[in-house]
Amino acid sequence: MTIVTTAPPPESPGKGVEVRVGPASEAIPTPLLFLGRALRTLWSNRKARIGLCIIGFDILIAICAPLIAPHSPTATTFTPYSGPTVANWFGTTGNGQDVFSQMIYGSRITLMVGLAAGALATLVAVTIGLVAGYRPGAVDEVLSFITNLALVIPALPLMIILAAYLQGRSIWTIVLVVAFTSWATGARVIRSQATTLRSREYVTAAVFSGERLFRIVFREILPNMTSLVAASFFGAATAAILAEASLEFLGLGNPSTVSWGTILYFAQQENALLTGQWLTIFAPGLAIALLAVSFTLVNFGVDALSNPRLREKS
Amino acid sequence: MTVLLEARGVNVVYEPVRGVRIWSVRDVDLTLEQGEFVGLVGESGCGKSTLAFALTRMLRPPARLDGGAIKFDGVDIATVEGEALRRQRRNGFALVLQSGMNALNPVRTVEHHLGDVLKAHARKGERFSAGAVRRRGAELVDMVRLPESVLYRFPHELSGGMRQRVSIALALSLQPRFIVFDEPTTALDVIVQGAVMQTIKDLQRDQGFTAMLISHDLGVVLEATDRVMVMYAGRIVEGQPSKALLRGAHHPYTEALLGCYADPRADEVRLGEISGALPDLSLPNTGCPFEPRCRLAEAVCAEQMPPLSPLGEGTAACHVRAREVGAAVEMRSVG
Amino acid sequence: MRYRYVRRKVVLFVITLWAALTLNFLLPRLMPGSPVDAALGKLAAAGVPITNAERTAIEIQLGVPHGSLITQYWQYLTGIAHFNFGVSYSFPNETVAQAIGSAAPWTLVLVGSTTIFAFIIGTLLGVYAGWRRGKAADSVITVGATFFAGFPPFWLGLLALYWLSFKLGWFPIKGGYSPGLTPSLSLSFLADAFDHSILPALALAITSLSGWVFGMRNNMINILGEDYVTFAEANGLRTRTVALLYAARNALLPNVTAFGLSLGAIVGGAVLVEGVFGYPGLGNLLYIAVSNHDYPLMQALFLVITVSMLVAIFIVDLLYVRLDPRVGE
Repeated sequence: MTIVTTAPPPESPGKGVEVRVGPASEAIPTPLLFLGRALRTLWSNRKARIGLCIIGFDILIAICAPLIAPHSPTATTFTPYSGPTVANWFGTTGNGQDVFSQMIYGSRITLMVGLAAGALATLVAVTIGLVAGYRPGAVDEVLSFITNLALVIPALPLMIILAAYLQGRSIWTIVLVVAFTSWATGARVIRSQATTLRSREYVTAAVFSGERLFRIVFREILPNMTSLVAASFFGAATAAILAEASLEFLGLGNPSTVSWGTILYFAQQENALLTGQWLTIFAPGLAIALLAVSFTLVNFGVDALSNPRLREKS
Repeated sequence: MTVLLEARGVNVVYEPVRGVRIWSVRDVDLTLEQGEFVGLVGESGCGKSTLAFALTRMLRPPARLDGGAIKFDGVDIATVEGEALRRQRRNGFALVLQSGMNALNPVRTVEHHLGDVLKAHARKGERFSAGAVRRRGAELVDMVRLPESVLYRFPHELSGGMRQRVSIALALSLQPRFIVFDEPTTALDVIVQGAVMQTIKDLQRDQGFTAMLISHDLGVVLEATDRVMVMYAGRIVEGQPSKALLRGAHHPYTEALLGCYADPRADEVRLGEISGALPDLSLPNTGCPFEPRCRLAEAVCAEQMPPLSPLGEGTAACHVRAREVGAAVEMRSVG
Repeated sequence: MRYRYVRRKVVLFVITLWAALTLNFLLPRLMPGSPVDAALGKLAAAGVPITNAERTAIEIQLGVPHGSLITQYWQYLTGIAHFNFGVSYSFPNETVAQAIGSAAPWTLVLVGSTTIFAFIIGTLLGVYAGWRRGKAADSVITVGATFFAGFPPFWLGLLALYWLSFKLGWFPIKGGYSPGLTPSLSLSFLADAFDHSILPALALAITSLSGWVFGMRNNMINILGEDYVTFAEANGLRTRTVALLYAARNALLPNVTAFGLSLGAIVGGAVLVEGVFGYPGLGNLLYIAVSNHDYPLMQALFLVITVSMLVAIFIVDLLYVRLDPRVGE
């Protein structure tokens, strides 16, 4: 029995289909193009838009701090324990420092720690998740066990213990401690996604065509997980910001640096509530809360990108 | 024969949050008589499932009924909502979904499913004790050729074919007068498929409900049904008794469909295909939707929508064929 | 009844427990500086007399300057089995074990009730938001939960303390019970204790609520797209039945798995909140220990907290078997 396929007649181009040839965008490197496109899509989601605005605002303040702050944050030249005045909009600390300037300069450390710790945690999470997800067997078992262990151990108590032992060192200690305790959630999610993707046909095809492991992971699997990685990053950044504030508040950070968390620490030490200086508690706390919320809001946009069912009518 | 379901001018539009509106069902007229077993065929995306959901009032946003009247046993159901609509499902119309695999709640046993359905439609004073539910359940699973032990199982403990039968049993529990089977056997292997289809045929014959079978598998439909309707791009393009369709089709699309099925015993097997693609459903239709792919297409086909006109033992929507028949009738009446 | 699954979970529990204990053992020994020397030095400086047994206990917990690792490990494990954690210099008259023992019930009550409360309310809100997706109720609930999710729990506690306790006097200011009362199981004491626990509990609950709300809402939205929900509606089941028994009941499952893991975050929050309110639980104890560099107390607290978490997660895992009939097959 022979099988003959009838050849289809030559097709005429369908109605309404236009093929446009645009200028080759070789000038802009692909990662930047990708970032631009991602930002644009996030912008279209209302919640993410608000989040991005808040983050952008804070970054702007952090960068322009020397220009905006009326005084130096550490100068102890003002009357201590005073409430809001013309010279000190938010009042002064027990050491006679201007709270408003501290707030402005404090954005730098808070943002830096949040973003750095978030990025570091995500990096670790992606590495471990990808390796565990892609390589079944002993490697996966061991890494999964470590991940589960890291998940189960309560993060804040561990951070507290580590920070207490390592106290008095640089702000990077905080970054490391925070990153060390928050990579596990992302790793678990990425691992399960990598496991799913591993068995997809295009990966099998790549393996068969002899692509090297490195290329497979970074060219085939990772691009399909970008929204997951992004969500992981924003989640880790949120946690990092709150963690830094908590650690500073407990006095475990570096009290000589100025961050929103240390403002809270000193305020609590100086019993700001009892002296009626609730603004020194309210302002940094609100700023921390808003920044943390903004990262979560952006995550809404990332979620909606990856799961069309969650998209909203905005 | 009494008419059970009458639909006139049914349109269904998909209105996604972002993006263009798409009409997946356009201008469908449909009449079903009591006790009929009707088939609805077409390729993927032709709108047959959407039409089934429209007829059983199961459309959900972003899909919506855009004009048209649907009368079930004389009662208009196109505009009924809420509690009144819910009550229509007792002794009214029912829908059996494609994936029997996923149509059952994973955390409830079969008898709980049945209990939920019976209690939801209980009339005043009707009580369903566990024993009553079990008795009714035993009757129903027997009807679909399943053992009584199935009642105490969770869905994941049943095979695909068994789950599909359970879905049918649940639909039957409300004694519907009209059941739509949406691709009931597509997810099953061929042998189970045959058994389930046989069960459906026997049930329809014995219980006498009106049934509509939706499938892209022409063979299954032609075997089981009395009458077949062919859909293309959201429109019904042909309707014939099943046996007549087997002998030969009138609409070029149906012809092409039949041509895709080759006789495997032949010496030379020609695999036919229909070149081209479905038209853009977001644009208003001018002319016959099949025109770009039709080998009989003429100028009038692109300009005017062909109406469903009598052809053979049923109807078909084709200018060219209608004209041929008209000419033949003329010739006969003259000569 | 699914023995294999339960057995696996038990094995996993034991192994994880061992790993946590080992981690706790290694931690002070890996830290720069010598925590054991610092601890012993502090005790000496404070003039706290310690018996040889207590000195050994501290060394075992924190790292003997000499001696093989294996013998230390063995002594460590036996010490734990006997609840011998050494002496704390924050509380010179108590052993670490005693300090923890008196603080634990407070945290148990606070964290326990808050968690259950937040879980139930958060889940219900999430179900409602998911069911009414896109409508006003959904937006209000989602925005509200997001807003509160970003609040550091101690900040919320501080503000509540200031406005509601200090300024308005509606709630007591500090502590777990009014000064002058002795802890007992009498009704008046319990009522007083309850009064003192309201603000910390609220602060904790509001900040942890949002996790449940979002998780549940997203699960609901996914489940609502499932065929069995459509089929249930096609069979004319009442809306409430479909929403609760078909959609929510299935959407709950991933949340239950997450519940165990989230306990860690709630415990973390409890640490901060207790510190703010001076509530005499384990969190407050940790706060004091950290402020005083009280390493023996810190280590023991960490151990107790971690082990409690493991046990709680283990219990939740076992409970899950009852909820999902598919598990372990």
